[in-house]
Amino acid sequence: MNNLLVLPLLIPLCTAVFLLFIHKQIAWQRWISAISILLNLIVSSVILYQVKTDGIQTLYMGGWLPPYGIVFVADMLAALLILTTSIVGAACLFFAFGTMGKERESHYFYPFFQFLLVGVMGSFLTGDLFNLFVCFEVMLISSYALIVLGGTKRQLRETLKYILINILSSTLFVAAVAYLYGVVGTLNMADLSVRIAQAGQDGVLNVIAIMFLIVFSLKAGLFLFFWLPGSYSVPPAAISALFAALLTKVGLYALIRMFTLIFYHEPAVTHSWMAWMAAATMIFGAFGAIAYSDIWRILNYNVVISVGFIAVGLSVGTEDALNGTVFYLLHDMAAKALLFIVGGMLVYLAGTSRLTEMGGLIKRYPLMGWMFFIATLAIAGIPPLSGFTGKLLIIRGSLQEGYYLLTAISLASSFIVLYSLIKLFMAVFWGEEMKNGHTWPKINKGFTITAGSLCLLLIGMGFGSEWVYRFVSEAGNTLSSPATYIDAVLRSR
Amino acid sequence: MELYMSLAIGVIFTVGVYLVLSKSLLRIILGTSILTHGVHLLLLTMSRLKTGEAPLLGEKAEAYVDPLPQALILTSIVISFGVTSFFFVLAYKAYQKLGTDDMEQLRGKDDE
Repeated sequence: MNNLLVLPLLIPLCTAVFLLFIHKQIAWQRWISAISILLNLIVSSVILYQVKTDGIQTLYMGGWLPPYGIVFVADMLAALLILTTSIVGAACLFFAFGTMGKERESHYFYPFFQFLLVGVMGSFLTGDLFNLFVCFEVMLISSYALIVLGGTKRQLRETLKYILINILSSTLFVAAVAYLYGVVGTLNMADLSVRIAQAGQDGVLNVIAIMFLIVFSLKAGLFLFFWLPGSYSVPPAAISALFAALLTKVGLYALIRMFTLIFYHEPAVTHSWMAWMAAATMIFGAFGAIAYSDIWRILNYNVVISVGFIAVGLSVGTEDALNGTVFYLLHDMAAKALLFIVGGMLVYLAGTSRLTEMGGLIKRYPLMGWMFFIATLAIAGIPPLSGFTGKLLIIRGSLQEGYYLLTAISLASSFIVLYSLIKLFMAVFWGEEMKNGHTWPKINKGFTITAGSLCLLLIGMGFGSEWVYRFVSEAGNTLSSPATYIDAVLRSR
Repeated sequence: MELYMSLAIGVIFTVGVYLVLSKSLLRIILGTSILTHGVHLLLLTMSRLKTGEAPLLGEKAEAYVDPLPQALILTSIVISFGVTSFFFVLAYKAYQKLGTDDMEQLRGKDDE
């Protein structure tokens, strides 16, 4: 029992409720949400420290022992993810201060932001399947509100599609939960894992596993990503940075949990499906990343490619590949936030998102140009930076298991990522400066500090890989031996 | 009993999917709410419909029906109620601003 575990969820929840009452006082809202997210950063670090020193932490809600109550579990993966969520959330929040605009800020932007964090933190920490569904809904409903906030025509149109697709996937989620409860009779993840291991993963359970695969793939944008490029291009930059960094990653986390803890008995069925889906995701994502000459489209298809890449690590499922998955997941959350923050700033400065209408920005904004360049190299996986270690581990894992075609596609997708982002970099920063009587706004300090610290984080994760790997390998170990997790949750029974 | 319920739920799902695939936005929203009815009935059915008293300890019965799915359904009902009302208001707002409820005409280009 460790009461600290509920704080990452409770802090944003209380903040959000309090902020509802002072929605006119923008300065107060900013201060309070900044303090709350920094507090969350501290709490997440303490939890990470506790998990590192004392092993997996659990909290039984209301003192009911599992499988009867709801249990919160922080293993190494969850602890790392909540820390990264706090960091990325803080970055997006500070970026939002300078860019969101009075109108949106006084219409409950900060409460929605905090409610989104509640959902994300809850999804990472919960140890109960139906509670995961509820946390998903908390996250999704806040994301509906954030995506439509402002109410332009494009936002309304894309939100209709985004809501529809998420209602359908939530419906499927409940149906899958119903089937699973009908077969196994429990919803606690650790208990589910035990009972499925006892009963053997037979035909019905395979079907249910594939239903969950479909549900979480819809949320994560794995193969079923057709909704993603449209809906992530319409909200303001701070919000799409938050979405790109967190929302699809929650879906990926759910996939990782499901297929390492619960449905790991028949990898020939589930994991090979996932491998095919990952390959298709990378290929189609690559088409999109090459095809468009619009900043938002290129960045969104890069999100899709990275989802495919992370799924490769999960579908291979050896220890190396899982370590790589965790490493790449953490790196990708920070890197995508940086990429979208810088991309959003570019669109704001140039007043357009088309590459053909931009050029020569390096003379006016050199710091921003080099930050974008570092983000590009990190995402492509150039050695001293943070994307390299994760990619190396995933590729080593898949080569050891003999997935040669999948490895080739993953490597090719890295080239495409590099090509599409360098194309963006060259079109925007190099060449002739556009001369259309445009007045160049000044960059505010908030942006420089936020993007700069994310940049330093990526560089630090790259040079300090050895140090980060100590945490990551422990997370990977827990994933590859479900018994550790189960013992920690059910030990008091 | 479970068989009849399964058949009925199958019909509800079919109708829901058909409605979601149609052009008009209102029919789509109705489709989603029919689909959620389907999954709620499915949750109820999957916990077996054996005869037993309502799960109230005051009934002092030999056997009770499973209380867990009822709690799950109740949670899911209010969530889908919230989402559906949001969806309706969004559809209203979208109709006001975009001037159509035909999904075919909501296919957007980037430059508008």
